[in-house]
Formats: sequence, structure tokens, C-alpha cells
Amino acid sequence: MLDSTALIERTLEDYKSDEKPTWCPGCGDFGVLNAAYNAMREKGFDPKDVVVVSGIGCSSRIPFFVATYGFHGVHGRTMPIATGLRAARPELSVLVMGGDGDAFAIGGGHFLHAARRNLDVTYLIMDNSIYGLTKGQTSPTSRVGFTTKTTPHGSADRSVNPLLLALTAGATFVARGFSGQPKELADLIVQGIDHKGLSIIDVYSPCPTFNKVNTFKFYRELVEALPQDHDAADLGEAMLKARSEDPLYVGVFYREEAPSFEEGLEGQKAAGETDAHDLLEGLFDRFS
Amino acid sequence: MVRIAGESGEGVISTGELVAQAAARAGYELLTFKTYPAEIKGGHTLIQLRLSDRRLYTQGDQLDVLLAFNQEAYDKNVADLKPGGLLIYDSAEFTPPESGDRQQYAVPLTEIARSQLKFELGKNVVAVGVVAALFDLPKEQLVRLLQEKFGRKGEDVVAKNVAALEAGIRYVQDQMGGKPLFAVGAAEHRGEMVVVSGNQALAMGAIAAGCRNYFGYPITPATDIMEFLAAHLSKVGGSVVQAEDEIAAAGMVLGASYGGVRAMTATSGPGLSLMVEMLGLGAMAELPAVVVDVQRAGPSTGMPTKHEQGDLKLAVSGGHGEVPRIVLAPTSVEDCFWQAINAFNLAEQYQMPVILLSDTVLATRTEKIPRPDLSKVELKGRLLYQADGSGNGHEGGRFKRYSFTATGVSPMSVPGQAGGQYVATGLEHGELGRPRYDPDTHSRMTEKRFRKLAAAAADAPPADLYGDPSAEIGIVTWGSTMGAVVEAVDLAREKGIAVEALAPRMLWPIPDRQVGEFVRSKKVLIVPEVNYSGQFADLLAARYKRDVVKLSSYGGTPIKVARIVKAIEEVGQHVG
Repeated sequence: MLDSTALIERTLEDYKSDEKPTWCPGCGDFGVLNAAYNAMREKGFDPKDVVVVSGIGCSSRIPFFVATYGFHGVHGRTMPIATGLRAARPELSVLVMGGDGDAFAIGGGHFLHAARRNLDVTYLIMDNSIYGLTKGQTSPTSRVGFTTKTTPHGSADRSVNPLLLALTAGATFVARGFSGQPKELADLIVQGIDHKGLSIIDVYSPCPTFNKVNTFKFYRELVEALPQDHDAADLGEAMLKARSEDPLYVGVFYREEAPSFEEGLEGQKAAGETDAHDLLEGLFDRFS
Repeated sequence: MVRIAGESGEGVISTGELVAQAAARAGYELLTFKTYPAEIKGGHTLIQLRLSDRRLYTQGDQLDVLLAFNQEAYDKNVADLKPGGLLIYDSAEFTPPESGDRQQYAVPLTEIARSQLKFELGKNVVAVGVVAALFDLPKEQLVRLLQEKFGRKGEDVVAKNVAALEAGIRYVQDQMGGKPLFAVGAAEHRGEMVVVSGNQALAMGAIAAGCRNYFGYPITPATDIMEFLAAHLSKVGGSVVQAEDEIAAAGMVLGASYGGVRAMTATSGPGLSLMVEMLGLGAMAELPAVVVDVQRAGPSTGMPTKHEQGDLKLAVSGGHGEVPRIVLAPTSVEDCFWQAINAFNLAEQYQMPVILLSDTVLATRTEKIPRPDLSKVELKGRLLYQADGSGNGHEGGRFKRYSFTATGVSPMSVPGQAGGQYVATGLEHGELGRPRYDPDTHSRMTEKRFRKLAAAAADAPPADLYGDPSAEIGIVTWGSTMGAVVEAVDLAREKGIAVEALAPRMLWPIPDRQVGEFVRSKKVLIVPEVNYSGQFADLLAARYKRDVVKLSSYGGTPIKVARIVKAIEEVGQHVG
């Protein structure tokens, strides 16, 4: 049976709010936003049934630019908000979007547990390897030696590999996209939405203002689609491909069918429903 | 009043609970107090049972009977034994010195269990028999309870336990004169009763209030709220999720609430410290949320199993910027049920976080309370966005989620409602919910958020009021300390001193209609509370610009009735 919402032909305009993005000209986030509009149209989503959840940072302003419901939370806490929302209203579609600082620094703990839970949301990390909203400091995905105003002698910290982190945390859909390839990115987002469980999509989304290393040009030279014969069911192979620094692969690295967080909650409820009044009277009887 | 004390892990608590259940079923009024170490095995533990034919409000100050399982239990508790009180000790373990101040009986509990019964684990049940005989508890009730408890393990186990019970009863009859020393008789019938702990009452109140999503991180002494709901919430279509930390738990509550479902988390002080970030977000995004803080002794990890009312200032003012929130405190185990319902109603009506301040004593003690009458439960929902557009503000075809209104409460949409799309945000925002930083917006939005607080104060649940309305001495207190205050007011009256006591259930905003009039009608105000600095006293003094007598207790135990009576007497000399 066809989903009734798919019967209505929607246009990109249905997903755009009248608030203009606050990003700098040339920001990678424009490409991600457009890919998100296209993916939602492709899915035929009704904007009233979609919630875009974000944290804090340049990229996290994205809910204001989308005509769906939105939750612009606090720094790093996208996943807890999305988890509560999914527990309460599993019929809604939830897209989580935010930056690399939000996902891997302040929200690092939540990232791990959202992956363990296999929360059925699509998480787009707009990864620019810099803190943009605070005007240019090193981020968890910045390379060793990266020079910024907080690391004038070069960052000594090793960088997080988002894909390896997601794979080892138990994420069941792990992909990488590039803002400079919005069509391919939209397709990845659609695949992520279609996947049951947590879909992690790390997106290279360059910051032209504060990051002079990880530029569009830098990525255009290194980014390459995963080989046609890449086996996304092979965790070991996914890890090897995720470690590659030249080329930097894009596409779906890993995909696994596993019970979702929401299915687990449904399992709790399978205990059999009763009326709250009857439940409480029964408890009072037991305590009397 | 009897206290059973021994080593943690020996079954001290289960012994006491068996007696408590039997006493409640026999028609006695009952109130228990437990304390145990934060460690799982080893360390000192005790359970105290106060039985009476009159309604009880505290666990009591002085013991009629101390049952000490070992030397440490004797050392730590003998000072609380009344002059002339009864000490019973396990003579297989130790021998206390003789004393003219008390009667003492050596009961070889371990010995009876081991040699007479060949059932070493039966020591606790022998002790139950001893206590039952002293307090004249009906043996049939206890036998029935043992059957309920051990029936699943087979007839043989039940028979062994019944034999242990009878051995204890027989020992009292043979060695201690045979008559019950402390028979209290059945209390006046107060209608149908249940025996529950504060945490159980609170969890059941949450279910009655329509809570369907619970998120939490385990922490003493709040964990059994989560365990209780995990066992029962799914039966009414709800669910329980164990979060990775308290920030996440509170964030999940906001996520569920944004989705339109009543959600709650429960924690203790260390968790509330972490949740402060989410209180700010809930206040700014105007989302209903219920956060229970079962207070324990702090700061930092403090004393996880000990009592303190030390989180009031954090609950009232924790957070950067100005964060409107409502703080409620139940005054008894029964009140835990009803205030949980009020917490949800106020959160929904005023679209902000409500902190429910329980405490270790309320949470862990069991009390015989009137069976809650569910027909008295009244649920109040949030002001909802209307799909037909009536009552909603609009601007350029967009829904004004944060429209300015007289009460500050604006209609709120939930995902799925067509035309209700908006972004909940912690940024300052205009009526549409979009980021706006101009002076006019921030001023007007701050005023809007605080208008809700004024409306909530006028909507406070009735305060707990006790004593003589014409008294010149007033006591203002909060939470479980009200129990000790009620007993102190009675004792003061017997001494000819008139006192009236007030415990507002809403601590923030201070419900002026309840507290202001009371404060103005009294010459002297005493504020007993279990913290060092006098946190509620400070709030009252600042609000009403007058001196109050702080009566602070901060040892990790509840305040004693005798201390409050002494304070009343001291104050009485000056007033009289």
C-alpha cells in the first residue's frame, strides 16, 4: 500500500521557511540544507510530521530555515532531545543536524549512547573541522598540528574519525557525504531515512571563513566514491575504508539490520495494556 | 517504638518490613524509618518502627525497644533508648554492660536459629517473633505474611520460618514474663489504608497524573521511582528509558514534552546539578517538564543514603540567566502522591519545569496512609494550538507560538498539527519563535515568562496548616520536616504554649496569599529545616523583610521533635 503522503506532489518550497540562512557566502552548509530539502521532497514528507532537531553552532541554526517543526536545543544535546521525542512520538520523522563540535566534543557521550540504542533517526553531522560560530577554534575533527587562535602552536590532540567512532559504537548505518556533491548527498540522506535505526552521515561541509585547510578545493581533490564492489555488510572492510586519508571515500560504508530503539520500547508495551485507573486500584490492593 | 539494628546484608530491613506489614494489617498506625550504608555489603543498618493507636507524623525521637544484632548496633544506637527502655541483644554476638537505666534481655537469636531450629538463616524471623510478642501483634497475620513471602519456595521453607517465628514468641513468653509490654491497640479506623513508601506514592501519583514517558539515571535514593515505573508504566502504554547521564535524562523529558507527552525524570542532588542546563532550556522554550529531586546529604557525592533538605536554593535559583520554574515539596508520604499530580498539572498549565523536592526520609520510609481516592484526581492540560485558528496568534500566515498574552501562557502546538510548525529554542526569540536579540523583545519576553510565575503562585496547592490560628508563635517549614513540626505543636500545646505551623506545598514562587498573611499574623517565626544555612528561612526573610528564628539540623538525620519543642519553649518565654 502506498503511503498517503506520497500521493501529494510536493515542491522544494514546501520545506523552506521564510527565514534566510545566517551563514557566510560560500558556506558548505548551504549544500547540506539543499540536499535535506531534496531528500524530504523525495520522501514526500508532510512538513507537519517532521521534526528537525539541532544543537548549537553555525550549522545548528538549520531548523529555522526549514518549514517543518524544529527543536534548536542546547550545545551537544541533540541526541537526548531526539531520544525523548522518538520515545513519545515514534510516528514522526526526525532529522538531527549539527556540527562536529556538537557531535564529538560536548555531545560525544550522547553520540555513543544514541548509537548503542539504534535510535531510528538520521543524523547529519555538518563537519567543517572548526568552531565557526565562536570565530575559529580547533575542533575534534581538526588535524593534529592545526593552528587556530586557541592552538597557536598547533593542536596536539589527535582527531576523531567520525566514521570509526560510529562503527565501533554500534551504529547500524554509517555514511560520508560532501557538501560539494549535493545530489549524491541527498541520495545518502534518503537512504539514511529509509534505514531502520540510527543513520550517521558525516558530511564534509567546508567553512570558507575560518578553516583555510579543509576547503572545497581540498576535498574536491581527495573525495572519491566508494568502489562499486564495496561490501557494506563487512564491518572490517568499512573500518579500513574509513581510515583511508587518500582518497577520502564517500558513500555508505556500513549497513546492518538490527532492532531499533523504538522496537525495544514497543516490546515493553507488549506487556499488555490496561487502564491507568485499573492499574492503580490493583496496586493499592496489593499495598493494603 | 522499636529499632532493629545490625550489619547491612543480615536481613535487618526485611525483618522490620515484615513486622511493619503485620502491624498495619492489625490496624495499628505505623511509620517506619530506615537508614543503611551507601555500600552494598557491610556497614551499619537499621530499621525503626513506630506503632501507635494515634496518627503518626514522624519516626519519633526515643526508642522503647532496641534490638541490637551486634556490638556496633548497640554502640551506635543505645543513646536513643528511653530511660527505662528495653534492650534486647543477640547474646551469641556480644554482651553489653548492665545498666540501671534500662531493662535488658539476652536473646540468643543466632543460637536458637542454629541449634533449636537447624535453620541459621531463620535468625531474623526469630527476631520478628520477639518483636511481635512484645507488641502483641497477631500471630496469624505474621504466619499469613510468611506464607505470602515464602510460599513460592515450598511448604518446607514456610514451615521452617513459622517455627522460627514461634520460637521467638515463645522466648518472650518464657523468659520475659509472658505479657506484651507495649500493646498499643488498634487505631481509630481511618477508612481504607495502604502501606507504601514515599517513592512508591510519588511514582503512583505520576501514573495517575498521566505521565507516560520516564527517563532517568540511577541514583540513590531516587532509583526505586524508576524501578517502580519500569515495572508498571508499560502496562498503560508508556515506557521507561535509562539515560546515559542526568543531562540526557532531562533532555529526553524535554524532547518527549515537545512531542506532547507528559514526561518525568527523578534524581537526587548530584543529578539535579547536571540538569540545571535543561531547566534553563525548558524555561526558555516554554516546555512542561517534571523533575523530581529526592534530596540527600551533600555537597558533591555527600552522604548518598542520608537525609538533608539542602537543594532548595539550587531548585529555586539554579541556572544562568533568569529561569522561571515552580518548586513543590510534599510534606508526607501521602502528599507525595498528590503533589506529583500537582507537579504535572502546573508544568502543563504554565509550560515550564516543575521541580518536586522530596527527600530521603519521605522516599524510603513506609507509612500507613489513606488509600488515594482516584475520583479526586483532576488533570489539567496545556493550552493547545487550535487547528481552526481560533485563539492562536498569527503573523504573515505563521503561527505565533510565543504570542504575548495577559497570563504569559501562549497556545502551544505539537508536531503533527498542521500549521502549528515552530522551532523550540533556547535562544531569545520573538513571538514566532525565531531568534531576536533586540532590547524590546528580550524585555517583553522576560516579562511574559515571569507573568506565568505570578499566575502559578495564585494557583498554588493549599498549604499544610496545623495548630492554633490565634497563636503568636508561628512555624514555617517545608517538606518532611512538617511531620516533626506537627508533633512538636501538639507537645507545646500540652505545655500550654499555642503555636501554629505552616508548610506551603509550593515553595517557589512563594504563594503570597498563603504565606504572607500567616507571616504577618505572627509575632515570632521559627523556621525548622534540615540544612546548615537555613535556606528557606533566607527566602522568607528576604521576601517578607523580617527576622526569623532559624532552626537548622544538619547531621544527615531528620530533625528531632524535641529540638523543635525546645525552640518553641525558648521563644515562648520572650513572647509570653
